[in-house]
Amino acid sequence: MPSVKLPKKSTFVDMTPFVDVAFLILTFFIMATKFKPPEPIEVTTPNSVSTTELPESNAVLITIDKEGKVYFTILSEKDKSVFDEVINAVNSSRNLGLTDAEKVTYRKTYIVGVAFSQLKQLLDLPVDQQKNLKQPGIPVDSTGGELTYWVQAAKSAFAGQQLKYLIKGDNNSKYPVFKDVIEGLKKNDVYKYNLITSPEDAPAGTELYKQRHKAG
Amino acid sequence: MAQIEGGGDDSHKKGPGVKKAKKLSTRVDMTPMVDLGFLLITFFIFTTTMSSPKALNLNMPKDTKNEEELNKAKESGALTIMLGKNNAVYYYEGQLAPDGSNFKATNFSGIRDEIINKRNDVIKSHVHDANCAKIWAENKGDKNSCLDRDFVVVIKPDQDATYKNTVDILDEMTINNVKRYAMVDITPQEYEVVQATEKNSGK
Repeated sequence: MPSVKLPKKSTFVDMTPFVDVAFLILTFFIMATKFKPPEPIEVTTPNSVSTTELPESNAVLITIDKEGKVYFTILSEKDKSVFDEVINAVNSSRNLGLTDAEKVTYRKTYIVGVAFSQLKQLLDLPVDQQKNLKQPGIPVDSTGGELTYWVQAAKSAFAGQQLKYLIKGDNNSKYPVFKDVIEGLKKNDVYKYNLITSPEDAPAGTELYKQRHKAG
Repeated sequence: MAQIEGGGDDSHKKGPGVKKAKKLSTRVDMTPMVDLGFLLITFFIFTTTMSSPKALNLNMPKDTKNEEELNKAKESGALTIMLGKNNAVYYYEGQLAPDGSNFKATNFSGIRDEIINKRNDVIKSHVHDANCAKIWAENKGDKNSCLDRDFVVVIKPDQDATYKNTVDILDEMTINNVKRYAMVDITPQEYEVVQATEKNSGK
């Protein structure tokens, strides 16, 4: 019986297209990536349908973490001198007696979450060790607390420029803290805020949904 | 002709004297490259922030004691929403009855219908007057801009409400195109009713 000789097929698969796609995706991600900025405090923001872009500079960021601690950050990409102005203003209005070295450290301090009484202690630490210090949060109360002075300092430092007030609250933080923060801002005649949220789609069937899909 | 080589006889295409070079495969094993490629993809997928955070605008009124500066809300068009513990939402229309009879409980998925219903009620009972033409002109002829002008939502988060609830309800205002809303402190009377309701429902 003649044996039927099956041709031996190679198991080698041509991977070239596969590699092409893989590297295309890789290139896309390298291009599109924007590294997450260092976040010493973990905050999960709520979702909203808002589409307004967030300002990255000329802004004051007030963070509320899940335990209700309040932190204060100045966002200024280009002009680093505002940091000096803020710390000087706070220093003189609250008689903190900060040294020049401590003021220089403030430039690089990403976030402040201590009472004025502990600010010296925070600024005495080198920048890379500051995140190890457990910050108790800026004291706030129904009259605004110490946050009022920070906002006041920032407001005067940014005088003549547009300044945005960002509030980044955690999902689980309680409303009273948020109210106190608002109070601290209101004391400085600031009535417009930007709440930082994660984007989400407008729910189907609602007015906003119809509006957006009519336009888009 | 004499053959120099005896080898290579299998293929008879070769001419005489042509030494057959060993054919090397041009194929390269790409598996390690693919491995590396996907490793990098995974890395970039994890480190990337695809959706940048957005800003939700919030305007608060200036605190004033001057009665004349205060915006008065018409009772017929007011809907008060209170936020309680465990994502609970309470609401009443107009003014809170002394016995709390118009005080109702719902949740975040139910409040949207209430807002829409209330808005439709306000639009239905709208009385046309001269001011409407002005409002229409300001809003580029949007008929509803005048029809629902009496519709005001008052948001009152209580001590137990979370920040997420607050943002969610503000978001609900955007979703339902509510133009007039205000965030106000909860009154002690309302807080009492909320707490009593929470106690009754065993929360």
